[in-house]
Amino acid sequence: MRFRENRWPLHPTVILWMAVGWVGFALLPWYGVDGFFGLSWLFDGYPLDSEVAPALFLNLQGQKLWLAPLGFLLLAPFLLWGRAKSDPLFGRLLILVGAAGFGWLLVQGFSIGLRGWQFDWLNGLFGELGDRQFGMGYGALLVAGAFLFLFTLGVAARGAIGGDVFVVSSIGFVVTMVAIFIFMPILQMFANAMETDTGYSPLVFLGKLFSERIWGLDCVFGGTRCGVAWNSLLLAVLVGLATTFLGLVFALVVTRTGFKYGKLLRALTVLPIITPAFVIGLAIILLFGLSGAVTQGISGMLGIQPTRWVYGLPGLLIAQLLAFTPIAFLVLIGVVEGVSPSMEEASQTLRASRWQTFWTVSLPLMRPGLANAFLLGFIESLADFGNPLVLSGNYDVLSTEIFFAIVGAQNDAGLAAILALVLLVFTLGAFYAQRFWLGKRSYTTVSGKGDSGVHPHLPSALTWVLYAIAGVWTFFTVVVYATIFYGSFVKLWGVDQTLTFQHYIKAFSIGWTGFGLHWSGSAWQSFWTTMEIALISAPLTAGIGLLTAYLLVRQNFRGKNAFEFATMLSFAIPGTVIGVSYIIAFNVPPIELTGTGIILVLSFIFRNMPVGVRAGVASMSQLDRSLDESSLTLGANSFQTFRRIILPLLRPAMLAALVYSFVRAMTAISAVIFLVSARYDLSTSYIVGRVENNEYGIAIAYSTVLIFVMLVVIGLMQLLVGRRNIGRRGVQSKGGWSVRTNVGIPTGGQQTIAGAG
Amino acid sequence: MTSKSLLAAGVVALGLWGATSAAKAESLTVYCGVDEAWCQLMARAFEEKTGITVDMTRKSAGEIYAQLRAEKDNPKGDIWWGGTGDPHLQAAEEGLTEEYKSPMLDQLQPWAIKQAEAAGNRTVGVYSGALGFGYNKDLLAKNNLPEPKCWADLIKPEYKGQIQVANPNSSGTAYNLLATIVQIMGEDKGFEYLKALHKNINQYTKSGSAPIKAAGLGETTIGIVFVHDAVAQTVAGFPIVPVIPCEGTGYEIGSESIIKGARNLDAAKKFYDWALTAEVQSRAPEVNSFQVPSNKAAKQSDKAPDLSKIKLIDYDFKKYGSSEERKRLLKKWDDEVASLPQ
Repeated sequence: MRFRENRWPLHPTVILWMAVGWVGFALLPWYGVDGFFGLSWLFDGYPLDSEVAPALFLNLQGQKLWLAPLGFLLLAPFLLWGRAKSDPLFGRLLILVGAAGFGWLLVQGFSIGLRGWQFDWLNGLFGELGDRQFGMGYGALLVAGAFLFLFTLGVAARGAIGGDVFVVSSIGFVVTMVAIFIFMPILQMFANAMETDTGYSPLVFLGKLFSERIWGLDCVFGGTRCGVAWNSLLLAVLVGLATTFLGLVFALVVTRTGFKYGKLLRALTVLPIITPAFVIGLAIILLFGLSGAVTQGISGMLGIQPTRWVYGLPGLLIAQLLAFTPIAFLVLIGVVEGVSPSMEEASQTLRASRWQTFWTVSLPLMRPGLANAFLLGFIESLADFGNPLVLSGNYDVLSTEIFFAIVGAQNDAGLAAILALVLLVFTLGAFYAQRFWLGKRSYTTVSGKGDSGVHPHLPSALTWVLYAIAGVWTFFTVVVYATIFYGSFVKLWGVDQTLTFQHYIKAFSIGWTGFGLHWSGSAWQSFWTTMEIALISAPLTAGIGLLTAYLLVRQNFRGKNAFEFATMLSFAIPGTVIGVSYIIAFNVPPIELTGTGIILVLSFIFRNMPVGVRAGVASMSQLDRSLDESSLTLGANSFQTFRRIILPLLRPAMLAALVYSFVRAMTAISAVIFLVSARYDLSTSYIVGRVENNEYGIAIAYSTVLIFVMLVVIGLMQLLVGRRNIGRRGVQSKGGWSVRTNVGIPTGGQQTIAGAG
Repeated sequence: MTSKSLLAAGVVALGLWGATSAAKAESLTVYCGVDEAWCQLMARAFEEKTGITVDMTRKSAGEIYAQLRAEKDNPKGDIWWGGTGDPHLQAAEEGLTEEYKSPMLDQLQPWAIKQAEAAGNRTVGVYSGALGFGYNKDLLAKNNLPEPKCWADLIKPEYKGQIQVANPNSSGTAYNLLATIVQIMGEDKGFEYLKALHKNINQYTKSGSAPIKAAGLGETTIGIVFVHDAVAQTVAGFPIVPVIPCEGTGYEIGSESIIKGARNLDAAKKFYDWALTAEVQSRAPEVNSFQVPSNKAAKQSDKAPDLSKIKLIDYDFKKYGSSEERKRLLKKWDDEVASLPQ
C-alpha cells in the first residue's frame, strides 16, 4: 500500500514512542502529585525527593527497584536498529516489548500498594516488602502510553488491518481506555458487592435476583404494584417509542416542510435537555400536582376532586418525554437530512405518490436513525435518576432503587449490584434487538458520486398532522419554561408570589473589594468548577466517541462486536453505579483519582461517550465508502482520510456529541453526587442541596442561569464546529459551498445541519 | 478544521484548572451531613476561629457512610460532622471512625454522652431532634379535616390518602418512626398500627424530609418527619403547623465522628471539640436549623421544640441501630405492611 521508503535507521514512530516513554521514565514524577496540572512539584525537591522523583532517579537511589525492568524494556527497541518495518522481527519484538512493559506496569501497580504487598500470598512468597507506593502520576502515564503504542505498532507491522498503524493504534487506545475506565470499576464493584454480604453465597444471590420486589407481577393480577424491573421496562419502552416518534416529527417539520420558524423550534426542543432534572420535576409538580395550577383549574372547572394523578407513570412519562425528545431529535435530524434526495426523486419519477415515497423510500432509509433514537431514549429513561426522584410517587424504578440501596437506611451494596445487573440486561437486550432489526441492509445515501437532488416536501395531510403535534408540544414546553423562569423571581414559590431579585443576588452577586473583583455570591465556586469540567470533558468525549464510531463503521477487525458492546456498556449503567464503582476502583493505587477534578472529567467522558458513538455510527453509515477509498487511492493515509473526509461530513454528529456531553456534564447528577469533593463541587449537587433545604427560589434561579450559559456555549460550539455542506441544488441562497467537503456538484444550495439552536 | 481553536480552548481551560488547584496551607476536609447553609456556617466559622482552611462536602448521612466504606483503604476526609446518628454508629461498629474522647464531654446533655458511650467514643451527639409530623393548615381547612394531635389520630379513616412518610428502606427518618412505634406500642401492636397507617399513606417517599416539603407545596396534607424540619418549613413561610404527638415520641441524635486514617488528625480533633462548644451550637438558628443543641449551655431558638416539655421515649439506639435488628424490622415491614393493598 503506502509504505514509504524508510530512510531512518529506526522507524520514526518507534523513536517517537521511545522518546515519550523516556520522558515519562526519566524526567517526569513517577507518582501522582498534588494538582495534576500544577507545577508545584518542580520546587518540591525535584528530581531527588522520592515523592516527586522520576522513576530513573528513584532507581538510581536504590528505591522502588521493581520499576527498573520498565527502563530496560524502553531501551529494547534499539535492537531493531537498521531493520525495516517489513522485517518479521520488527513486529515480533515490538509486540513483545509493548506487552511485557504494559503487563509489568499493571502487575507491579496492582501487587504493591499503600501497605506493601496487596495480596497475602505475595507476603507468603516474598516476605514483607517494607516499602509501599502511591498512585501513578504523569511519568507512569507516559510510559504506559509508550508501551501501548509500541505494542500496536508491532501488531500493525505484523500486517493486522492492512498494516494500518493509525487504525491499530486507535483500536488499542480505545480498548485500553474502556478496559480501565469502564470494565475495571464495574468488575471491582461487583466483586465488592458479592464479598461484603457475609461471604459469597450463590443461593442468597439468586434469591435476591429473583425476588418479588424486582419481578413481581401483582399489578397484572389485580394486586397493588409490580416489580421494579417491570416498572422500569414499561416506562423505558414507552419513552423510547414516544421520543423517537416526536424526534422524527420535529426533524421532518424542520427539514421537509416549508416551515419557516425551524430555528425557533430547534431552540425550544433543546431547552429541556439543558435543564437540571429536578427543575423540570418541580415545574411539573407546580403545574400538575395536587395543588398545581392546571390540576386545580381543571378540577374547579369540572367540579371534581383534584387527585395526585401526576405522581407515578404519567408524571414520569411527561418529564422524560420533555427531557429526552431533544436527544432523539439531535440524532434524527442528521439522518433525515442525509437521506438521498435522488432516491426519493427516482421514486417519484416512477410515479409513486408523495405518501408512497415517504412510506416506502424515505422512512426505511431512516431506520438506522430511528433505531438509534429509540435505543437512546430507552436507555436514558432506564438510567434517569432526577425525574423519578421527584415524580415517581409509588411507582418505583430501578435507578432510584439502586441509589437508595446504596445510600439508604438499608445499605445493601449487593442488592444494588443485582439491580444494576438487571438494568444492564435490559439495555443490552435493547441493543441487540436494534442490531437485529437493522440487519445487514445498506443505508448508504451520501456517496461520492454526488447527489444534486432536493428533498420533496411531505404530503400535505401529513404536514398538518406534524404541525399539530409540534404545536401542542411547543405550547407545553413554553408553559413549563415560563413557569420555571417566573418561579426564579417570586419570593416563595406557591406561597408568596411577590416578585424579587433576591435569589439571583444571593447566588450570583459580585462585590468589589480593595483586592479587586470579589465573587461573593454563594453559587460562584460550584459554577466555575462546573464550567471548567464541562468544557474540558466535552471535546474529549466527542473525540473518543467519533473515533470509536469510525472504527466500528469503517474498519473490520476480529472482536468488533465485543468492541462495540464494550463501548456501549457505560451508557447502560446508571450514573449512581458508575459513581460508586469509580470511587471503589480509583481511590487506591495504582490509579488514585478520588477528590480530584480528573475523576469527574473521566466519569463524564466514559458515561457520555456512547452518544458520540451512536451519533457517529448513524451518520457514518450513510457515508459511502467510495469517499474513503478515493481519498486513500489519492495517497492519503487513514488518519488524513479520517481528518479531512470523514470528520467534516460528520459535523452534525460531532456537534451532537459535543453539545450532549457538555450539557450532560453541566446537568448530570447521579454519578457525580459520589464524586464531587470539597474542592470540586458541581452546580447540580449545589442545586440539590438548595432544593433539600426548601430554597426553591435559589435552585431555580441557578438553573435559569445555567440554562442561559449553556445556550451561549452551545451557540459558540456551533460556530466552532461549523456546518456540513452537502452540495444539493435547491433554493438559491447567498451561501456558497465549502471547498473542503467536496461532495457532489455544488450549485449554491446550502443545507444547514446543526443540532442545537 | 477547527482543531486549533479547540486546542486553544483546551489550553485556557487547563490553565484555569492549574490555577485553582494550587497547593494550600493547613487544611481540614469535612464531610457534612446537614443542609448546605449550616455546613457553610460551620466551615466559615471554623476558618475564622483557627485559620485552618476547610474543604467541605455536603451529602446525606447515608451517602457519607457509603463513601467512608468505599474509601476505607485510603480515606480522603478528616471529619464527618452532622447527619442522623445511626450511620455514625454503624461506621463506629465497622471501625471506619477513630476513637477520641473529647474534653468537652462533661458539658454535654446526657443523650449526647450516651451516644458516645454506645459507640465506644467513636462518635458523639451534636444535636437532636424529635420525631413528629406537620400539616398544611390550608389544605386541612379545605378538606374539612380535624387537627391531628396524636399518633393514634393518624390512622383515622378520614385521613385516607392525606399522609406522606418516607420509606424506611431508604430513609433513616422513616426507620426512626418504625423503631419509635415499635418501642411505644410493642412489636405486635406497633405493626398493627403501621398496617392501619399504611391505608392512609398516599406515597412513601425516598428521602426523609420530602413529606413535609410536599406538604409545604400543598401536595399532601400531613407529612411525618422530624419536628425541626417542619419548623423550618413554617419559618420559611409555608402554611405548616408542626405537631409533637401526645403519646410521646422518638428522636434522632445528630452526631460527629473523626474518620479513621484522617490525614489532618490534629485539625480534626480541634474541629470535633470546637463543634461541641456552646458558642457555635447557639448559631444554628441563624441558618434556620432548629435542632436541639447538645451543649447544655447553648442557647436554643424559641421556635425549636423544647425537648424538656416533650414526652420522649427511652430510645434504645444500641438495639435499634444495630444492623441485625434493622434488617429484621425492615424485612418484617416489607412483608407485612408494604405488600398490603391501600
